[in-house]
Amino acid sequence: MNPDASTIAAGAPIEVDLSPVAEGQDIKVFWRGKPIYISHRTKKQIDEARGVNVASLPDPETDEARVKSGHDQWLVVIGICTHLGCIPIAHEGNYDGFFCPCHGSQYDSSGRIRQGPAPANLPVPPYQFVSDTKIQIG
Amino acid sequence: MSGPSDYQPSNPALQWIERRLPIFGLMHSSFVAYPTPRNLNYWWTFGAILSFMLGIQILTGVILAMHYTPHADLAFKSVELIVRDVNYGWLLRNMHAVGASMFFVAVYVHMFRGLYYGSYKEPREVLWILGVIIYLLMMATGFMGYVLPWGQMSFWGATVITNLFSAIPYFGESIVTLLWGGYSVGNPTLNRFFSLHYLLPFLIAGVVVLHVWALHVAGQNNPDGVEPKSEKDTVLFTPHATIKDMFGVACFMLLYAWFIFYMPNYLGDADNYIPANPGVTPPHIVPEWYYLPFYAILRSIPNKLAGVIAMFGAIIILCFLPWLDAAKTKSSKYRPLAKQFFWIFVVVCILLGYLGAQPPEGIYVVAGRVLTVCYFAYFLIVLPLLSRIEKPRPVPNSISDAVLAKTGSRSTPMVSTAIVLALAGSLFAGSVDSAKASEGSDQPPGNKWSFSGPFGKFDRGALQRGLKVYKEVCASCHGLSYVAFRNLAEPGGPGYSVAQAAAFASEYKLKDGPNDAGDMFERAGRPADYFPSPFPNEQAARAANGGAAPPDLSLITKARSYKRGFPWFVFDFFSQYQEQGPDYVSAVLQGFDDHVPEGVTIPEGSYYNKYFPGHAIKMPKPLSDGQVTYDDGSPATVAQYAKDVTTFLMWTAEPHMEARKRLGFQVFVFLILFAGLMYFTKKKVWADSH
Repeated sequence: MNPDASTIAAGAPIEVDLSPVAEGQDIKVFWRGKPIYISHRTKKQIDEARGVNVASLPDPETDEARVKSGHDQWLVVIGICTHLGCIPIAHEGNYDGFFCPCHGSQYDSSGRIRQGPAPANLPVPPYQFVSDTKIQIG
Repeated sequence: MSGPSDYQPSNPALQWIERRLPIFGLMHSSFVAYPTPRNLNYWWTFGAILSFMLGIQILTGVILAMHYTPHADLAFKSVELIVRDVNYGWLLRNMHAVGASMFFVAVYVHMFRGLYYGSYKEPREVLWILGVIIYLLMMATGFMGYVLPWGQMSFWGATVITNLFSAIPYFGESIVTLLWGGYSVGNPTLNRFFSLHYLLPFLIAGVVVLHVWALHVAGQNNPDGVEPKSEKDTVLFTPHATIKDMFGVACFMLLYAWFIFYMPNYLGDADNYIPANPGVTPPHIVPEWYYLPFYAILRSIPNKLAGVIAMFGAIIILCFLPWLDAAKTKSSKYRPLAKQFFWIFVVVCILLGYLGAQPPEGIYVVAGRVLTVCYFAYFLIVLPLLSRIEKPRPVPNSISDAVLAKTGSRSTPMVSTAIVLALAGSLFAGSVDSAKASEGSDQPPGNKWSFSGPFGKFDRGALQRGLKVYKEVCASCHGLSYVAFRNLAEPGGPGYSVAQAAAFASEYKLKDGPNDAGDMFERAGRPADYFPSPFPNEQAARAANGGAAPPDLSLITKARSYKRGFPWFVFDFFSQYQEQGPDYVSAVLQGFDDHVPEGVTIPEGSYYNKYFPGHAIKMPKPLSDGQVTYDDGSPATVAQYAKDVTTFLMWTAEPHMEARKRLGFQVFVFLILFAGLMYFTKKKVWADSH
């Protein structure tokens, strides 16, 4: 009952052009049926994500480890709440990040869980920068 | 199922079969000559009611499966086509959907009955555990069935429930992938759920056979909890129990028919009339009502894995009940303390169910935790403790003694009176609260609709005027894709003739093809065509309307609702109020206001609407006085337009509503006569057994 060949083939990597995404904006693309949030973070959001004491987080992880160095303004996360799989809403909640409407989990501008029942940070999908304005997810 | 039978059929052909396969003897000893305790009360008819419901579900389900398409792109539409086009498809679908709820109503009564009268105790442990297995299978079947219509609640319910398994350490993620057959809930998930939803009821039927077998070996428990000792303690299954069960089933069918014909959507969720959309989570995901207590337990525990364990534990713990409660006295009738704790437990379960439907915030979370502790305390602390410290009242010597003494009959009404009083009190307290809350809030005002109530009919004039408003105003942005032109001439609709509907259709230009040359071409509409949508796809609709796609209006009056809250939803059951959708639609159409109240900010490109959730709506004020000319002299006002177009949209959402209510009345007349007949037959059969 594992995924069949066509499902796996449809899950091949996709390329996303980042040039139209302005600072402070974010886009949602679908890869393998999952929504991927790509946020062009503002300076303020980056500073907030880096200013927090990592050890105090429920799922400790530095912001640097969650983005590609040299592309610090781009946050790419799978937009599926780690609690029970709802889709969090971007730019909501108390942490300038994501807010899940189902059971009230809140994520910060690095997609890390800060409050609510979710056990883990929003996962970062495998991706790399093909050029400065284009990424390949998968 | 209770040993070899000496039954011999009189017909020689049947004798011939009986010698080779003693099936008539088996049937005779199981369902005719089988001795059943003579003091059983009506709570014992729920076994027969459950068998009846299982039969109904399998029968309607098999027919529905003939018309259903298990594909993510087609499932939602195929369910709508069942309701609209299949002969009596609306009846089949309502029977099946409401039937699932009724099945759970009956199983909960059946389980509480077992709990109260100690039916899980020696020698009926296996019987009880088989029952818990049936209950688990029912939950799985019900859940997967709810996914099949592929609406928003189907999709997100499936997402939340399958994600429960990701809490399992190490194997969680692979189990979830296995359930999905992909990387997220999608078409493969729908296909396997359909397959399993078809399979599980037959497994249930198999376990039911074991359950009945175990029952017929151990014999039925009874309200006094003493085993039958002599022939005086029992009566024959047929006719005594059979006729009593028939009366029970007839009464239950009255409740069932009330839902099927008058409140088919009362137990469902309006969001499930919106097709599944993997990109949008509904603001508030609620499972079907029968899972709510367990959902409340899941949510009240802040740790994910612990929450999942507690939720499943709440069901599995039932398997251990025979050993947790070691009291020798079976029936709570003779256990003064156990009886009180039982009723407290019932209240705890109902309150947990209520909390499961509330948003997980503030006082609800705290209350959920307290009640979760109460739930488990009942099994793990109260029952083991009671069996050691409680001093039960003496049980009667035999069932016939109990029947002659009739001691229990006085205390039972007292308990039920107390419950009724408590319920009435809480209803009253709740109504005072809601009355306060509704002041100054933005609840849509109630309207008087021609189609409400048990004899409601569509106002033909309003339908025709509403169609005109739709065509001249709404149709520029909103589709009506489930409605065909031929529907305009069908009984129960706007009352056009077939020729009029054909003429109406021919005014539309539709794309068809490819022709012999391989080109697409335009042609005039035919009655079989569906209303064309104004945009070729959702993206185009979104792009043309500032990012918010105008929803299709075919189902809008069923897909929109607003929170009624306690106690209104209780009153709604009796008053048959189910016009939340029309009330909301008509309120939104009239709720536009250029003057934005203080404290509300409306973003650029949106408009203020008093009744739209969040108040910022992308749709500009659609209707203004005099915009549409009526030929029949009705006032050309926004209020009249809103009323007409809402009536029209109620018809598009449920074109067979008049047939539903008409048939409902006939069924009720029949059922009341049937139940009366059964009651008096039962009285006659039991005349010399009391």
